[in-house]
Formats: sequence, structure tokens, C-alpha cells
Amino acid sequence: MSTHTEHQAQQGREPLDVNTPGLTRFDIVREGARRDDIEIVHYEPQVVPGTKAERRLVRLVAWLFLLSGLVGTAFLVIYIWWPWEYAPGRGSDKWYNPLLGVTLGLSLLGIGFGILTWGKKLLPKEVSIQDRHEGQVPEDERSITGQTMLYMADEMGVKRRPLLGISLLAGLVPVGAVAAAPLVGGLISNPHKNNQMFTTGFAPAEGGQKIRLVREDGRPVRPADISSGGQLTVFPGIENGISNRHADSPTLLIHLRDEDAKESRQANERVGHGDYMWGNYAAFSKICTHAGCPASLFEQQTNRLLCPCHQSQFLITDNARPVFGPASRRLPQLPIEVDSEGFFVAKSDYTETVGPDFWERP
Amino acid sequence: MKRRKFDLAAAPGKAAAGLDDRFRAATPLRHVLNKVFPDHWSFLLGEIALFSFIVLLLTGTFLTFFFEPSMTEVVYNGSYAPLRGTPMSAAYASSLNLSFEVRGGLIMRQMHHWAALLFMAAIVVHMLRIFFTGAFRKPRETNWIIGSLLFWIGFLAGFTGYSLPDDGLSGTGLRIASAIMLSIPVIGSWLTSSIFGGEFPGTIIISRFFIAHVLLIPALLLALISVHVGLVFTQKHTQWPGPGRTNGNVVGERMFPRYAIKQGGFFMIVFGVIALMGGLFQINPIWLFGPYEAWVVSAASQPDWYVMFLDGSTRLMPAWQITIPLGDGYVIPPLFWPTVVLPGILVGLSTLYPFLEARHLKDYRTHNLLQRPRDVPARTAAGAMALAFYLVLTLSGANDVIADKFQISLNAMTWAGRVGLLILPPLAYYVTYRLCLGLQQHDREVLAHGVETGIIRRMPDGRFVEVHQPLSAQDHDGHGALEYTGWVVPKKMNRLGALGPAIRGFFYPIEKPAEAPVSPGHPPVEPRPEREEITSGSESHR
Repeated sequence: MSTHTEHQAQQGREPLDVNTPGLTRFDIVREGARRDDIEIVHYEPQVVPGTKAERRLVRLVAWLFLLSGLVGTAFLVIYIWWPWEYAPGRGSDKWYNPLLGVTLGLSLLGIGFGILTWGKKLLPKEVSIQDRHEGQVPEDERSITGQTMLYMADEMGVKRRPLLGISLLAGLVPVGAVAAAPLVGGLISNPHKNNQMFTTGFAPAEGGQKIRLVREDGRPVRPADISSGGQLTVFPGIENGISNRHADSPTLLIHLRDEDAKESRQANERVGHGDYMWGNYAAFSKICTHAGCPASLFEQQTNRLLCPCHQSQFLITDNARPVFGPASRRLPQLPIEVDSEGFFVAKSDYTETVGPDFWERP
Repeated sequence: MKRRKFDLAAAPGKAAAGLDDRFRAATPLRHVLNKVFPDHWSFLLGEIALFSFIVLLLTGTFLTFFFEPSMTEVVYNGSYAPLRGTPMSAAYASSLNLSFEVRGGLIMRQMHHWAALLFMAAIVVHMLRIFFTGAFRKPRETNWIIGSLLFWIGFLAGFTGYSLPDDGLSGTGLRIASAIMLSIPVIGSWLTSSIFGGEFPGTIIISRFFIAHVLLIPALLLALISVHVGLVFTQKHTQWPGPGRTNGNVVGERMFPRYAIKQGGFFMIVFGVIALMGGLFQINPIWLFGPYEAWVVSAASQPDWYVMFLDGSTRLMPAWQITIPLGDGYVIPPLFWPTVVLPGILVGLSTLYPFLEARHLKDYRTHNLLQRPRDVPARTAAGAMALAFYLVLTLSGANDVIADKFQISLNAMTWAGRVGLLILPPLAYYVTYRLCLGLQQHDREVLAHGVETGIIRRMPDGRFVEVHQPLSAQDHDGHGALEYTGWVVPKKMNRLGALGPAIRGFFYPIEKPAEAPVSPGHPPVEPRPEREEITSGSESHR
């Protein structure tokens, strides 16, 4: 391309005196570009001034800007006067947010497309070529900088006075640790405080008082409250037992049908949990042993409990053994009985660790 | 008294001179004004991420004025009737108030969320563009690393952000995050307990996530984005090969005014689209999820889309638990592999890729020209393989929804994902590799024999041949002399101007026909010689 060879020829060119009379502004612009190693090889207006095409484009851009202003005003009007406070049902307040979005969006799009049309269609098109100066770093520049840095190292004299370097290092390492210490020391928290990882809210209170199984609203549960094949989420009947302070305590109390209960009891006996069930009732931790989601979708027909987070499935009639999905450990079973008043209580705390697995789980 | 004359017309010039006396800005400013940028639509993908980030900063600042990062229990008493009287954390209550009580708060919240999704999507698509065109090669490895770090930090920003409202869905996500940290061997329980300030959920995690989300992570993002853009600026943008374009120059247009104006318009459009989405498309309706309670979850609990691949890997992981029979026994839970080890490998592989490729090809030269994906089949195929891997994981993150909507067994979906994860990536590699070779072959064919014209000629001996339009003068074998230059080879006759350029205007032309089709940024093509009649391709066709 002829223009390109011209560009190569610019390399050894004399700079133009920009005060030369008779130079157009574009000449100066081109000279500036040349001083930045840019050659404007092609420059042409996209629209001829004064033509119909130009007027049409100008009108379009102006319309877009005006539309933008109009919709922007609409946004303000809606923002101020439209009924916005939430009311139940299908009120006009439900239109508040969509109307804000549409007006804000359209006003921004109006400006955007206006500016874009202005720049893309009305401004002259150009092709410029700029030199990258690739691989043109002079060797001696690197050498000079390198030598300067080495000289600085010599000035410091660490090589001749090694004690300085060693003592600086020995002094600074603890100082660096000082910066980290409050952060680490402040944040660190013993996970085994009060044996918290291995206990739940069902641990018998001091004095051996057994903990009741209560519902979401705090009422204790009687066997008759759950029909055969049904299930209920229960919590420890202690202070804050239902709140997130005892996030590892939610338990699923299941009333199994006769056949399934028989199977479950046999399975229980196989693992030495012979007395964990009460009648046809069994209680399992609801906290998935995989990632801690509540395993809460109970399929009555198959006696499987599904965790909706990662689809681990536990077979309730086989000690809640994981039968599908990523969980590797069965759901712990809560040993239950009915107290003298006829309410369910936990015989003891869970005998296995509740919740997701971790390194030091025995 | 004579008033001193104030020359209004000279004022800007004088002010400018005064500024330059002090700051010596004229020359550097001219460098910036004159800087040449190459233009191609695919170079704008990263901009979408940048512009979304600006929207995130703007809307996010607004949200902080109303959000209360506290887990103190309060009883909701706002205008959303179904939740009135429910005990919940102050964080959730203030998020509800942001949606119902603050005028225009909901659109800000929804714009913030949509902008975050767009930010991550733009990062991913931008990264694919960089990868498939080889723009990460020397000297741009650093920017590639910063870019992939930006994805992971954006991931963290997104996760800490959507955890803040403390609603039923995000609390479940937080629970899973705690389980992931817990699964790390040796330090897991200490790490989790230190971050949550005790046993999950504790009472401090929302405040800690808040400061991470509004200060630490944005500061890091801002710093890295500045370095990222700064490096693009100083190293100069890559460009596609084409007429006049070499490894040593940049062909395009100067930054001001046209290029900058187009960027400004593009920003407004991105901003406008986010506003439309924030107004029209509901996202994360936290009032439907209720406050977080450890025992409540619903089916189809999905994270934001960029987290779904990890959710998918977790779902597909078989229940392989490693037990170490020492002392009381130690455990490495199956959760550890897909959520800690896999992302670790992905970070390592993606950041190291430029160096691995350079080492493999023994190519340590500087590259400023992009490559068409078909010209580097191994890289393109590897990218397709990674993409297939990612897509299988992402779809598996939604496998319960797919199973439900399409009436497929959930277990079948999980098994399909497990098998697909092993089979589809290599298949994608093979298919992509063959496609690349096929495309290359076709380019060479067109360069050698010419463009298919669609004209079938019957020869005197009864044969039928298709007439080809050669692209250059041909030697006696009927082969063209054109070299492949790494850029688009015209493959249709109207690319050569055969059909004549389209003329705008429905009833009468409103513009004169364009000279010849040139892509923007190309130097204009020489005037076209008189069109010759298409000669018979019988000699050129073998």
C-alpha cells in the first residue's frame, strides 16, 4: 500500500514548524499525530456538509436526545407522583418499578444511541497507523538501568556488611508478624469450645433433665399428632431451640407405617441402635451430612429423604443410609421416648456428629 | 475610570497555558488524544464488564445507605403483609425495607443484581474472546492472569453480595459455603469457626461479609481493573491481521473524538439495558424466600449462574469419603474435591495457560496480531473442551429443575452429568479440532481455486462442473498465487462485489453506491477494475 510506505518514510523526517503561516488546523493535527508516530493514512467525511443526508442524521440524533429528555422527565414525574407504597393485591403500585425501569432505560438508551449515531455516522472516518515500537528498547537503556540498580546495591554495601542485612531481616520478620498478629489473633476461634461441634440442643440439661421435642411454635409433640406415614420437623424444647442459634438441631420426626417401622427396627438393631425408636416413630437429624442443607423432601412411598441442594438421598428404613448422591454418611438418629406426660423427649443427645463432615470427626 | 478589558475569547487559551506551565500536560495529553485503537466488535466485550462495574459501584453505594448489616433479631413490621410479625435478622428486614419502603429502592437493588450477573457474564465472554484469538500471548500474560483473577474475585463479590440479605435462599448458600470450608483437611473446622465467629451461623458473618463486599473486594476489583485497563493502554491493543497491519503497528482510529464518543454511547446503552432489566425482570425476590431458618429449604434452590458450575460439580461428585485410620480417625469428605480442589485446579490451569502454551510451542516471541481460532486447532479444541466441561457442570447445577420440567428421573440426570463430564469434553476436543482443520482446508481451497459461483456448466463431453471465480491470476495448473494471511477469505460472490453493493432507500436511492466493501479500519481498497465476465472455470477446476 502506497500510504504505508509513505509512513515508513516518515521515520527520518524533519518536524514541521507549526507556526508556518498558511497551515490549516488539520495540518497541525496531522503533525501532532506524526510526532506521536501516527500516520493518518485515510481521512474522509462520512456526510457532505449541507446535504440531505446530513440533515437527516442531525434530525435523528436531535430526536434521540429530545426523546431521552422527555422520557427522563417522565421518570421524574413517575418517581414523584406515581403511587409507590406497597399495598397487597394488584394495585397500581405494582407498576411503579417497571415504569421506573422503562423510563430510566429508554432515556439512557436515547442518549446512548444518539451519541453513538453522532460518533459513528456524522464524524469523519479515518484510518490511522501508529507504530508500536516493538522490540525497540535500546539495549544500552536496559544496561544503564541495570547498572544503576547494581550500583545502588553496592552503595548500600550489604555484601561487605552482611550483619546489616541479617539484622534487618531478623528485625523485620517479627515486625511483619506484628502486623498480622491482631488479625489472626482476633479472628481465630476454637471450633471445639464447649464441645460445640459434637453437641446439639438435645443434650440433656444439667441434672439429666431430658429435652422435649417441640414444634416450630414451641408446643411439645404427642405421638397422636403425627398420622401414620407423616413427618414433622421438631426442635429441642430449650430457650432459643427453634432459632438459628441451634442451627444443627432441627430434627425430622417420622411416623413410619407398620411394615416400614419393622424394617427400621431391624436396621437399628444391626447397628446397635435397638432402642432409638419409640413405637413406629423415628427421629433423624434434618441437617444433611453432605453440605448442611436441610434434607427435607420426604418421599412417603419409598421412605427416602432427599436433600434439595445436591440431591443426596437417604433411606430412612435403613438407618438413613445415603443411597444416592454425594453424601457419604448417614443422617444421625436421635434416640427418643415418650415422657410421663405423653410428650416426646430425646433420651440423650445425638450419638453421632450432626451436620457436614470435617477432618477431625471421629 | 477605564475598565480593564477582559478578552473572553482568549480566556480558555490563557487558562490552558497557565495549566500547562504548572503541570506540563500538553504533550502527554496529546499522546492520549492521538492514541490509535483498532476497532472490532469483539473488542467491546470487556467494556461491558467495565461499564457494568461502574453501574455496580453507583447502585451499590445507594444500597449501603439503607442496608443494615446486622444479625440482631427484629420483628418485621413493614408494609409487606405476609411477613408482618415474623422474627428475622435486621439485615433481612432492612433488605425488605429497601424493596418496599425506600422509594426507588427496588429498582436499585434489581439493577445492582442484574449488573452483577452481566459483569460476570461479560468477563466470561471476554475471556473466551481473548483465549480463542490468542490475545493472551506475550507480552499480555500478566493481563490474562489479572483477568482470570478478576473472574474469581467477581465470584467472591457476587457470593458475599447475595448472602447479605440473609434470606432463606442465601442463608442456605451460606450454609453450604460453611460446609465447604469445613471440608478442608486439618484446618477446616478452625477456618470455619474463625470466619463465622463460632458455630454456624453465629451472629457476625453478615457484618464481615458486608465489609468484604463493600470495601475490601471492590477495592481489590478497582485496583486490578485499573491495572488491567492501564496495561491494555500501555501495551497497546492487539489487532486482527489485515491489509497494512503488522506486528509492529496499530491500525485503527485515534481515540478522540470518534472512538471515545462511541465508547460513551456504548456505556449509556449498557447502563440503559441494565435499567430496563432492573425495572422489567424480577430478580431475587427475597420477600418470597422468607428469613433464613436452618430447617427450611425449597426445591430448585439455585445460586446465581456463575456459581452453578460449582453446585453442579458438587452434585455430580460420587460419595467418596477418605478415612484415615489414625488415632480417633480423620476424614476427608467428598465435598472437598469438587468445591476446593476443582476450583484450585481451574485457577492454576487458567492462570498458567499462556506459559504452558508458550512452552509447548517453544514460542517466546511477542505477538500483537490475533489468530483466527481455526488457525490454532489445538488451542481452539482445548478451549471447546473446557467449555464443554463448564457447561456440563453448569447444567448439572440445575439438574433438579431440568428433571422436573422435562419429567426425567433426577438420578438419571445425575448419572448423565457424571458420564457427560467424562465423555463430552474429549468429544468436543475432537469435533472442534476436525472443524478447524476443515475450515482451514476450505480457506486454502478457495485461495487456490477461487470462489464457488453457483454456476453449473455442462461440458461438451457431458460432465457438469461448477464455475469458480479465481481470486488472483493463476498459474498453468489453475492454482491461485495468494498466500493465506490469517484473515477472512471471501467465500461468496457478493463478497467480491458480484451482486453489486446494496443501495439504501426503498423507492429511490438515497446514497451513491459504496466504492467497495471494506471493513472498518481497513485502508480503502484500490478502485475496482472493470468487472470482467466470469470465465469458465473448467481449467481451474480439477
